[in-house]
Amino acid sequence: MNIIYFLIGCSVLMALVFLGAFFWAQRSGQNDDLYTPSMRILLDDELKDDKK
Amino acid sequence: MTESSTLVKPACYHCGDDCLTTEFVSDGKQFCCHGCKSVYNILAGSGMCSYYSYNSHPGATRARVDKRFDYLSEPSILSELLDYTDDRISIITLYIPHIHCSSCLWLLEQLNNFSPAIHYSRVDFLKKQLIVRFDNRQYTLQQLVELLYDIGYEPLISLQDIIKKQNTADKGNLVQRIAVAGFCFGNVMLLSFPEYFGLSVYEQTFKHFFGYINILFSLPVVFYSGRGYFVSAWNNLKARVLNIDFPLALGIAVLFGRTVIENLAHTGAGFADTLCGLVFFLLVGKFVQQKTYHHISFERDYRSFFPVAVQILDDGVEKPLPLAKLVMGQRIVIRHNEIIPADAILLKGNALIDFSFVTGESVPVNRTLGEIIYAGGRQTGEAIELEVVKPVSQSYLTQLWNNEAFTRKQDNRMKTFNETVSKYFTVVLIIIAVASLLAWLPFNYHTGIDAFTAVLIVACPCALALSTPFTMSAALGIFDRNRFYLKNTAVVEQLARVDTLVMDKTGTITNGTSKRIILGGDLTDKQQQIIYTACRNSIHPLSRMITQYLGEMRALDITNYKEIPGKGINATIAGHKVQVGSGNLIFGYFFETKQMTRVHLMIDGEYLGYFGFDQEYREGMENIGLLAPQYDLYLLSGDQDHERNELVRFFHNDAKMFFGKSPQQKLDIIKNLQQNKHKVMMLGDGLNDSGALKQSDLGIAVTDNVNNFSPGSDAILDGQSFNKLPAFLRFSKDTVKIIHLSFLISLTYNLVGLSYAVTGRLSPLVAAILMPLSTVTIISFTTLATHFAAKKRKLI
Repeated sequence: MNIIYFLIGCSVLMALVFLGAFFWAQRSGQNDDLYTPSMRILLDDELKDDKK
Repeated sequence: MTESSTLVKPACYHCGDDCLTTEFVSDGKQFCCHGCKSVYNILAGSGMCSYYSYNSHPGATRARVDKRFDYLSEPSILSELLDYTDDRISIITLYIPHIHCSSCLWLLEQLNNFSPAIHYSRVDFLKKQLIVRFDNRQYTLQQLVELLYDIGYEPLISLQDIIKKQNTADKGNLVQRIAVAGFCFGNVMLLSFPEYFGLSVYEQTFKHFFGYINILFSLPVVFYSGRGYFVSAWNNLKARVLNIDFPLALGIAVLFGRTVIENLAHTGAGFADTLCGLVFFLLVGKFVQQKTYHHISFERDYRSFFPVAVQILDDGVEKPLPLAKLVMGQRIVIRHNEIIPADAILLKGNALIDFSFVTGESVPVNRTLGEIIYAGGRQTGEAIELEVVKPVSQSYLTQLWNNEAFTRKQDNRMKTFNETVSKYFTVVLIIIAVASLLAWLPFNYHTGIDAFTAVLIVACPCALALSTPFTMSAALGIFDRNRFYLKNTAVVEQLARVDTLVMDKTGTITNGTSKRIILGGDLTDKQQQIIYTACRNSIHPLSRMITQYLGEMRALDITNYKEIPGKGINATIAGHKVQVGSGNLIFGYFFETKQMTRVHLMIDGEYLGYFGFDQEYREGMENIGLLAPQYDLYLLSGDQDHERNELVRFFHNDAKMFFGKSPQQKLDIIKNLQQNKHKVMMLGDGLNDSGALKQSDLGIAVTDNVNNFSPGSDAILDGQSFNKLPAFLRFSKDTVKIIHLSFLISLTYNLVGLSYAVTGRLSPLVAAILMPLSTVTIISFTTLATHFAAKKRKLI
């Protein structure tokens, strides 16, 4: 059962990596604007001969 | 009277307004004005017509022209506006009120198609902001702003950019605290389960290992995430106030202490999971409470609405000058649609001043040479020259901001329920804890300590601390859906407590922009056509309203046309001599007997009647009149008492209607009411109400466009929702009732927990179940109850 020590160490380490990733995302401003990207994705790059 | 032709007017391809003429056509598309047409031409010239394919009529109307941005080359102004600049690139964040659809987004992010010097442009849609990075060796900020103006996206440039400031609040920091608490909470839960389910004998070594890890996880929760509670509790103790943070901090400290001691002494498993859960939920509650509106500013004062700079005349040469440097005696030039920034004497030109920002009245008034024009008016028509007689901060309106009402701290207006209760709560809690300690002490001091700490843990007012934020944020969401924007959650409680409503007249209970037109007299079709032709050539707002009223007609030949500013039009149309205008123009001398603005009509010396422009009260004014027995209603107007007889049916009592009050007097009347123990809610719209709004217990700015200027206030109400005001008031009372009820529920949980705690036998498992259970009950109860109450008041 000593493997538990190793497994818990791994799981905590993994969780810490995710926490670190979240901190990085937060600090680099990725969560500042959560709305505009949802509109931006619907816009096409070039709309040619689209006559209204 | 015959109904004039009701042709469907084509909508402008750019902005969607009705086209009154068929003059402006390009590529077979109709435009309402030259401005809109030129925007279309710019976009078509750059091959950017996809702009029109995402949404129909995405543009802003460009009826006004001639705008100057010379001041943007002034280095002192530049340095304040730019976010970042070096010798190659500059970055600026601009607030553009018109951003409203995906076309805006698309166009503004393609700015590099207009000039290669623009490297990057990005829109933040909800904040209505545009961030632009450009090469400052090839391009200037002035060019950028002019480009934006030319394509119909005029940025609102103000040195007092509060919106930018309020968005950089420490919400990000709170999110990080929540993340840490949530991370630890999850891991601690996992490590605590074996203890609860029971460990076999040979697994006992894990128990200590798990305990040590739990202590490690609790450390960041207490010292990073929960730090704010200790700081706040300590500050409040120093100020001799007992607020809810004190029992919370005490609970966190005791939980942590017992966890550490029990685990190190191997006497128990401690309360690490309860501790982490508590801090996590508390922080989530705090987060929910911190709702911010990105596009609305509640703290605006006159500076955010005055221009950044003004054109002055120096030895006959025009140059821009930052507003702060404007001194008495300087000559300023104000063009069409510019705001007069300081009290000044009119020296040259025809002043036709629109005071809608100040009073809410949108029909411009004429000023004669030599007259003093108060700051805040907007010139319409030709350029005028003025001499400044008072510095910007000492002008008639702006000196209001020197009043103590504006320097007073905002927090201590009304004590919230939470603050009142938590004082007693804390005292009772400590009494029970000490009593159980003393009761056990003679028998077993160990159990005594256990009981003492258990009481502090169980009675930790977690549910109490959460009930207010969750109820309030749900209520805020409901108000938001009905276009009533509150500054923060405490405003809901203030709304429930007011007993006196004070209302401004023009722009608040009357509709600022649209007016009822009454035609006094009969006109034949031919006469209508003549009047239409005369008015069509005038830019005066009343003329425009008349042409709109008459509808699309064929214009006749004009042989002679003269517009006398402030009086009216003299013209010869199709051989007929026409006079349209004020009584003075037509009768020489005239005393206005009717209580409304009138435009008189005369053709070939024959008086035909008049167009009357009547104030229209906002929809739902009757319902507000019905609030009377419960609420004291007052009217507080800066205008004269023309409409006294009409208004008395809403306000019931002549003595409660005040007319002709200056901004300072308005403030004083509110103060007076407050001294008579009234809780006053003020509804106003213009700068002249700013003092009263600030002085009142709850100031609400009524506006027809939330993104437009509105004076500093606690809440902003969209004019369309004015009729819902009684429902808002009732709903706020419901909300407070919900908070009281949820307080009772949380007390019940506390009592159940206490009955365990005083015996000193609080197991970690009971604490771990009780805490989240009470939290979940409170959150679901408040959310459901608020939803139900809103339904009852027909707000959803």
